[in-house]
Amino acid sequence: MNRSDGDTVIAGFIPLLDSALLVAAAERGFAAEERVDLRLVRETSWANIRDRIAIGHFDVAHMLAPMPIAASLNITSLAVPMLAPMTLGLGGNAITVSTGLWRAMEQAGAAGNGDPASTGQALARAIAARPAGAARLRFGVVHPFSGHAYELRYWLAASGIHPDRDVEITVLPPPLMADALKADRLDGYCVGEPWNTAAALAGTGRIVTTKAAIWPGSPEKVLGVTRKWADANGDTLAALIRALAKAAIWCGDATNHADLAVLLSGPDYLDCPAEWCRPALSGLIALSRDAALAVPDFLSFTAPGALQPSTDHALWFYSQMLRWGQVQHDPAREAIARETYRPDLFAAAMPKTGKPSAGARPGQAGPPQRFYDGVEFTPQDIAGYVAGFPIRA
Amino acid sequence: MGMREPLSILVIDANRIRSSIIEQGLRDAGHERVIVVDNMDGLVRRITEIDPDVIVIDLENPNRDQLEHMFQVSRAVRRPIAMFVDRSESGAIEAAVDAGVSAYVVDGLKRERVKPILDMAISRFKAFSRLSQELEEARTELADRKTIERAKGILMRNRGVDEDEAYQLLRKAAMNQGRRVIDVAEGLVISSGLLEK
Repeated sequence: MNRSDGDTVIAGFIPLLDSALLVAAAERGFAAEERVDLRLVRETSWANIRDRIAIGHFDVAHMLAPMPIAASLNITSLAVPMLAPMTLGLGGNAITVSTGLWRAMEQAGAAGNGDPASTGQALARAIAARPAGAARLRFGVVHPFSGHAYELRYWLAASGIHPDRDVEITVLPPPLMADALKADRLDGYCVGEPWNTAAALAGTGRIVTTKAAIWPGSPEKVLGVTRKWADANGDTLAALIRALAKAAIWCGDATNHADLAVLLSGPDYLDCPAEWCRPALSGLIALSRDAALAVPDFLSFTAPGALQPSTDHALWFYSQMLRWGQVQHDPAREAIARETYRPDLFAAAMPKTGKPSAGARPGQAGPPQRFYDGVEFTPQDIAGYVAGFPIRA
Repeated sequence: MGMREPLSILVIDANRIRSSIIEQGLRDAGHERVIVVDNMDGLVRRITEIDPDVIVIDLENPNRDQLEHMFQVSRAVRRPIAMFVDRSESGAIEAAVDAGVSAYVVDGLKRERVKPILDMAISRFKAFSRLSQELEEARTELADRKTIERAKGILMRNRGVDEDEAYQLLRKAAMNQGRRVIDVAEGLVISSGLLEK
């Protein structure tokens, strides 16, 4: 690949709905307005994203929110210190189960409105009702260091289901999830759009709850960048952040959703039917072929905090790495996790207009993080927070 | 060289032509235990059976995340680690990623035993992309030749010239317009196609 300096920015992305800001910035002129020549390179795995940003093929990348933290903590391959100067949206994920498992959950009293407490308890009852010696149910996530993995685990554990003992959790590429469900190789999964909608519209899966319900207002993807690149290209990074923030306003405007759905579904991006892209954008989620649910905050590009990272979010991801045994607690590691998210870089990049820009968050950390089970995250006492959960690694 | 167990090498590649090129290269280099897998179904079980020392996988494969996760959690397989945990080998890392290949080795295996295998994989991956590119160029060249033939045919019919004269007309037009013969021929074929409709 030809490397060029200056204002050319090469960005790796995975074909998912929340690559929208990068795609819109490149295709609808927002990058050019900020004099950034944004070149997008589609990738097939998060491992490739990690490797190619580490060796400098990519300047920036669309990354799972916990990935830059895991890299900075040196707990992945090819780990280099990374930063997340921007969030690329809130929400966007859902948990989908096979139609067979949904029938069992319905019989066990699952509500049809996506309520995580009700569907989680119904799943626990459905598991308890399985015959002795039956194979454990298998759930899929896209990566061990992902919001999907932590949301699924949170929901299972809050329902009394131990994610490592009572079920099996496996990793699968998002586009293969719906097929695996159909082929009975998976019983459920947590994934970003459009891969829940794909199974719901095909009649092979049922969406049982959403990320927006489990952890309201939570980040999903971030703009990942190596500390080295950010230090050497501060002005370019700031210009890119402004371009992506403009793209976010455009993507968040409902009058552009028809255009955005067609753009994202094109052969260079998601390469899927445009109708798969519409539910997440409109917030009218097809739970199955014949059930729809309005989830206005399903995916947001412009809500407060949708673009400016929060150090509390970084620390929550760190707490889940502790909870599930991916890393051992250490004050130095906690500091590294916190400092990977850089709300200050976002704030410094935005024009000073005297009023908060779209997607900015009040204060460094923002409001307290509260989960659907009523438990509040306590960033000042992470070890205590983790120890408070009866189910953990 | 002391008596050592031969290394078992697993090549995971959905492209059968490329994987057979790699397999041949490894066999030519004296590796007898080479297994090629082009399908991810049941891979965990396969890997448990094969118990490979080295795994070579193409970067286009969307299942790298699954593979890495399996290495982390599975107790059934000896734990392979990414080829490049040592950052001092940044040149080798770049060469591999440029070539489109990644590798995992069982922890504790001596670097010098594994390095030639990776070098082989890198050179074979590169050779494969070179061949693919040449094939693509050959296809384009063939298509270009056909286009020029069609343009000559159009000129012969419409201007009543012979084949040689038709080619000279194309060349002259190309020279006058500062374009390539193929571009003029393409323009002619397209515009005459439009006129016919």
